Amino acid sequence: MITTTDLTKYYGPNAVVDGVDLQVSAGDRFGLLGPNGSGKTTLIRMLLGLVYATRGEITVMGRPVPKRVAHVLPRVGALVEGPAAYGHLSGRRNLALADAAGPGGPRRTRSARIADALDRVGLGGVDDRPVKAYSLGMRQRLGLAAALLRSPALLVLDEPTNGLDPFGIREIRDLLAELNVAGTTVLLSSHLLSEVELLCTRVGVMDRGRLVLQSGVDELRRPTGRILVTSPDAERAEALLDGRVEVRDGDRLVIRETDPAALNARLVAEGLRVAEVQVERHTLEDAVLEVTRPGSDRVDRSERTDRVDTVDGHDDRG
Amino acid sequence: MIAVELLKLARRPRTWVSLGLLCGLPILVAVFLWWTKLGPKPGEQPAFLAAVLSNGALFPAAALAIVLPLFLPVAVAVIGGDAVAGEASAGTLRYLLLRPVGRTRLLVAKLVAMVVYVLTGVVLVVATSLVVGLNLFPSEPTAVTSVSGVALTPQQLAVRIVAAMLYVAVSMLGVGAIALFLSTMSDSPLAAALGALAALVTSQVLVTLDAAGSVRPYLPTRYWLAWIDLFRDPIPWRDIDRGLAIQAVYVAVFLAAAWANFASKDIKS
Repeated sequence: MITTTDLTKYYGPNAVVDGVDLQVSAGDRFGLLGPNGSGKTTLIRMLLGLVYATRGEITVMGRPVPKRVAHVLPRVGALVEGPAAYGHLSGRRNLALADAAGPGGPRRTRSARIADALDRVGLGGVDDRPVKAYSLGMRQRLGLAAALLRSPALLVLDEPTNGLDPFGIREIRDLLAELNVAGTTVLLSSHLLSEVELLCTRVGVMDRGRLVLQSGVDELRRPTGRILVTSPDAERAEALLDGRVEVRDGDRLVIRETDPAALNARLVAEGLRVAEVQVERHTLEDAVLEVTRPGSDRVDRSERTDRVDTVDGHDDRG
Repeated sequence: MIAVELLKLARRPRTWVSLGLLCGLPILVAVFLWWTKLGPKPGEQPAFLAAVLSNGALFPAAALAIVLPLFLPVAVAVIGGDAVAGEASAGTLRYLLLRPVGRTRLLVAKLVAMVVYVLTGVVLVVATSLVVGLNLFPSEPTAVTSVSGVALTPQQLAVRIVAAMLYVAVSMLGVGAIALFLSTMSDSPLAAALGALAALVTSQVLVTLDAAGSVRPYLPTRYWLAWIDLFRDPIPWRDIDRGLAIQAVYVAVFLAAAWANFASKDIKS
């Protein structure tokens, strides 16, 4: 669906995106993670032909970008760095203008398509008030509706749940999962690990312009080789498993072991009561923090000269 | 895309407020004139105003002379400066380009919308001032004389007013192209409009400066008032032709520059 090779973008002497080889397959739910200023938004802008790469190749849906971007974009729905609309017009009018501006579909189905997109994002009953009177969450939903106007094959969403409350976040997550099941490839960027963890099947992690990690979520969340056991008989369990218990805290134990079923069977066979057995897994957070450094919004004294690359006028907030 | 741009222009309150102001200024002048009966001496600026007291049918021409030097170009500079930079600062530029609207097509649509705005403005100014002129002043549309003193039939007068309207509209295109070019350079509509106004004021000042005589024929505002020649008999075409040619050059140069800049620009807004 999306392939980049050695994709690089310089703003002045600074590489904002640096040698990125991104691979998003059809059907993926790909989460692009990374601290503020790591180049996520610039990467997304290059994928959509808004920003021209200094070096490297981009292919989206089999066509080179930006050369053939006009053939690619009609099948892409996008939200880049926050929604934007004409504040003095209503949401419906904004969507109608957007639909009329590009190859969206026949005019006679326009109002039906707009109504459908608004329904999908939970704005079906919105009145004719101008967008400037919308809340942040409503604007975000309207931006998503614009991205969904023509049933895209690829959704590229920069921080899609920005400004939404927990209910809204879950709603949008469910919507994206549903669209993905129906065949839409989703690429979203976020700095919210939990959001990506709950929705995405693959993640890429950016740090200072480099794609430092690209992997399936399941692989990242592989077991650590430890099992967490809660048992009222924790003391006897520790004695029984001598040497393999790393921590005992009240009735909770951390045990070096890979087979939870065997461990449970053994404890029960010895007459121990087991309240809970859980395989400890690496978290996405560990994996991400391992390969990244703090975002550009943090400027430490000792690092200042080192960090000039991310403190430029066009800091991408993604 | 052109239809979309026109729709956006029509739905923007700012458009109608500026058109209202554009028509309001000549009306204000007419009211003062009617109240005091104190016209400028014949030959003094603004053109035609002296004749209006005796014949209201000439007021549309006077109205054009009133709004042309300042009001109309300011409105054009603001609209042109806002064209791309306004979309950029509102964040809607990236979504337009993602629809996708080709960058060249967007620029052309913006230009067409600007031309339509100017034409609408000129037509409204002429229409309102005609109504005002005929009602406030003694009017004899059948007895209008040209600046050269030859009598004009109402048909002749109408044709010449239409020609003057077209010439005025074309005169605005140079400033509009400069504003559009600056609009692709900046993400701030204010900066682009101010830049175009600065170019305008510079040109206006140099036109009056004898020391700048060598560049005068090439200034965008040099032949702005040449349409007054349309009300002479016979019509001296020389300045009108030159004015049209200069506007064509400015439009070609600045549109090409705007296109070259915009088509290769990173959209970071």
